[in-house]
Amino acid sequence: MPEEPKVVDARGLSCPQPVLLTRNAMAECPSGPIEVIVDTGTSRDNVSRMAQRAGWCVAVEALPTGEFRLRLTK
Amino acid sequence: MSAFAKLLSSRWGPIITGCIVGLLAPVLVKLGNPGNMGICVACFSRDIAGALGLHRAAPVQYLRPELPGFILGSFLAALLFREFRPRGGSAPLIRLLLGMFAAMGAMVFLGCPWRAYLRLAGGDLTAVPGIAGLIAGVALGLAFLRQGYSLGRSYTTPFAVGITMPAIAVGILVLLLAAPQFGRTAEGAPTGPIFFSQSGPGSQHAPIAASLAAGLVIGFVAQRSRFCTVGALRDFILLRDPHLLSGVLALIVTASAVNLLLGQFRLGVVGQPIAHANHLWNFAGMALAGLAYTLAGGCPGREFFLSGEGDADAGLFVLGLILGAAFAHNFNAASSPAGPAPYGPIITVFGLAVCILIGLTMRERRPQRPQRSPREVLEEEHA
Repeated sequence: MPEEPKVVDARGLSCPQPVLLTRNAMAECPSGPIEVIVDTGTSRDNVSRMAQRAGWCVAVEALPTGEFRLRLTK
Repeated sequence: MSAFAKLLSSRWGPIITGCIVGLLAPVLVKLGNPGNMGICVACFSRDIAGALGLHRAAPVQYLRPELPGFILGSFLAALLFREFRPRGGSAPLIRLLLGMFAAMGAMVFLGCPWRAYLRLAGGDLTAVPGIAGLIAGVALGLAFLRQGYSLGRSYTTPFAVGITMPAIAVGILVLLLAAPQFGRTAEGAPTGPIFFSQSGPGSQHAPIAASLAAGLVIGFVAQRSRFCTVGALRDFILLRDPHLLSGVLALIVTASAVNLLLGQFRLGVVGQPIAHANHLWNFAGMALAGLAYTLAGGCPGREFFLSGEGDADAGLFVLGLILGAAFAHNFNAASSPAGPAPYGPIITVFGLAVCILIGLTMRERRPQRPQRSPREVLEEEHA
């Protein structure tokens, strides 16, 4: 059974808070997985870029609500 | 078109946007805008405030079409690429205040970050202490963010909220073209509610069509590329991420080259256009502005672009910029080429104190916890 991910709800937060919250989660849970929910394309891109630069794999899922679910794995 | 849009979303996006701004800004100066002021979000907000009669400093009154262009260009891009999302409710009143103090700091320096970089690209070395102050302000804002500073979440709002800033942008353009004169002076001459400078920086402007086109193009590409002149410094200091910074560097390099080509590059400290050489208050004014931008989440240009894609909180920051610039002039705090105004330093210190207080006190109450629906609240109470 896949491991329960740590969830970061970064919806509605201004830059750079989604990135900061994700970075904190990465420090707390260094082996992943982490699930980040954001509601803008900007946050989606910023969190993805930061995680990829830190060596994580990012899978983006566009939700029907217009939000995005990012699955971060090591 | 779609290939270009894709490129704007890639790591080349900020660089392309920086090159476009670096090209268009000096050309706008050539076409009539004031020296090293092809684009200045703070100065243009100040000119709009003056044209609306919110301050009565006669040399700086004009409804600059570039800024409504920013909003409408971003609005079009957001609609086209399905990113228009009406939202708001993240400490709106605080954002208005941050916009006001950002403008007051900018009026002490005589420019926003965009103009600081453009001044540097015109050879104006008095921009250097301003940019140093900007970096200091961003670093201070980041210290608060690291400690958990947050203005809280925004939420989806009705369509009407998101469309308000684009509608205001159209309104500014209509007032520019109509320039109504409903009032009468004591001598009976027509005056106001729209005021245009007869001399000084407000009287210097490129043709309306050129200014509006430049604003629309910049708004469109910047919405796609997320170009941000403060995020550039923030992300580099925080994450060593050069993504946005590459755009600012592209802006400086391109604008320097275009200024050299057009004969507008003059290296020096003394006698630079619409600038003063008081390094202390250039530094402090921009430190205030940099802190306010960082606490609000982006540079003034970025706030205009966000307001075009439906972010009503960014819209309030934009209105704060216009109000704050008016206050700066009314309180005799806006600098002139002769140096800081009598009340510029005290307003800068006061603004820094207020922004630091905001940085220390604003925290999200329940981080990481989804908001309960009314049904869930009822169920918990009855449990």
